[in-house]
Amino acid sequence: MSILVIADHDTTAVRQSTLATMTAAGQIGGDVTVLVAGEGCKAAAEDAAKLPGVAKVLCCDSPLYAHHLAESFAALILGIAKDYTHVLAPAVTMGKNTLPRVAALLDVAMLSDISGVVDADTFVRPIYAGNAMATVKSADAIKIITVRGASFDKAEHGSGSATVEDLAPAEDPGLSSFVGQELSKSERPELTSARVVVSGGRGMGSGENFHHIEKLADQLGGAVGASRAAVDAGYAPNDFQVGQTGKIVAPDLYVAVGISGAIQHLAGMKDSKVIVAINKDEEAPIFQVADYGLVADLFEAVPALEAELAKG
Amino acid sequence: MKVLVAVKRVVDYNVKIRVKADKSGVETANVKMSMNPFDEIGVEEAVRLKEAGTATEIVAVSIGPQACQETIRTALAMGADRGILVKTDDEVQPLGVAKIFKALVEKEAPDLVLMGKQAIDDDSNQTGQMLAGLLGWPQATFLSKVELGDGSATMTREIDGGLETISVKMPCVGTVDLRLNTPRYASLPNIMKAKKKPIETIELGDLGVDTAPRLTTVSVEDPPARQAGVMVPDVAALVDKLRNEAKVI
Repeated sequence: MSILVIADHDTTAVRQSTLATMTAAGQIGGDVTVLVAGEGCKAAAEDAAKLPGVAKVLCCDSPLYAHHLAESFAALILGIAKDYTHVLAPAVTMGKNTLPRVAALLDVAMLSDISGVVDADTFVRPIYAGNAMATVKSADAIKIITVRGASFDKAEHGSGSATVEDLAPAEDPGLSSFVGQELSKSERPELTSARVVVSGGRGMGSGENFHHIEKLADQLGGAVGASRAAVDAGYAPNDFQVGQTGKIVAPDLYVAVGISGAIQHLAGMKDSKVIVAINKDEEAPIFQVADYGLVADLFEAVPALEAELAKG
Repeated sequence: MKVLVAVKRVVDYNVKIRVKADKSGVETANVKMSMNPFDEIGVEEAVRLKEAGTATEIVAVSIGPQACQETIRTALAMGADRGILVKTDDEVQPLGVAKIFKALVEKEAPDLVLMGKQAIDDDSNQTGQMLAGLLGWPQATFLSKVELGDGSATMTREIDGGLETISVKMPCVGTVDLRLNTPRYASLPNIMKAKKKPIETIELGDLGVDTAPRLTTVSVEDPPARQAGVMVPDVAALVDKLRNEAKVI
């Protein structure tokens, strides 16, 4: 078995999602090569070399890959994919966007968003928004896989000392170009890797009321999330969305405030270690998955919770 | 400009799905079926492009058994001009679907293919990217804004930390995300009109495309259930539990 892991990184270090992907690679077993591609990404490549179980890091430092546009990035991966039995990427935008294109061009199937490794050919993945788990076996010579970060432990940055080799860029297919981006600026931890997530739902009633959620999240050192209902109502931006159509999270503590618990939301957070639900409707389905439920008006309960936490 | 839109027939998003007792899959007999909600957004976008005078013809395509005609009719009632049903009773996986669409694109020569970013049954999120790869076209995935220009398109995408805008050459494949638009409900007159719009049926076998499944489903099971928790009477009790029982704060 020889595995290629496509790193998700911020040019200085690999992201948490890559650490989870390394754990999945370790469970498949075999030599692991990590590809770090980007502009000015040498530091991230050095960081990847310290991951446990890495035999080699390929570093492709080129402006062509600054934004991982699928057309050019897939061309780079295609150039080396045939040397491996498995190509893994985290199920983040980069992996979800690029790997299906790679798979199609290799004429192999792809396994999206795996949550478990059974053996080198067989994987578990959620279907129907996580309401069923499918065990799927691939007959292809190269397995193309994205890995659900919340389902695997993060590999410890060890004392690994893999070699870093430079990889030349592939020819630019010239089909697409980057125009610009608008990233949400936040001092808070990133949603998918935060230890604590506080999410608000439609019960928040307005975008202004979301400051209750933000304040509580800050007090707990957590990230802010939202249900799809809250996003659809315009109370919170889409990148806060937790659920089947948003982000999948599994923090130590998930606090759901004013969220009824639609199936599509539960799909995004039910693997959290401890779930707290605050909702005035005692029949809300969220209470069926919550470890601790509090039936209360959130506009009273959340400030009271803040005061209680402040007591220390 | 011609737009091809993909419409998949899936278990309705409101249905609480049940895993079959023999673990071979999910129960789909006697279950309400609907158009994949993401595909509805794709159809809506195509119709808006036509209303804006950018698109001239919208072709809605579905792959599957005869019943997929209903899904195509829904798209026609929303404003698509005609439909193509690629008929098969066999399972077709994303790579196979992409190959079928490639064959249809070669036949129909659209300028734009739109589809949902994922289907809510298998949650694969692969077909659009695969089709773009097979065609050698650019792809604009997870779209929240579509601006078609002359020979290129400016596309805004939902990415992990926010939004990204890219420019892609036309023709291209677009996969749509939730915030792109809110699909319309078809009006009764439009539903009646849709009944007269043409749907061409093509037998999958006649396309000469290899759609043999590459993945075998070994089993489908219920996800591990969470244990029922406890209700706490007030905030003080909650904080006490979190500090001393769960030890998470």
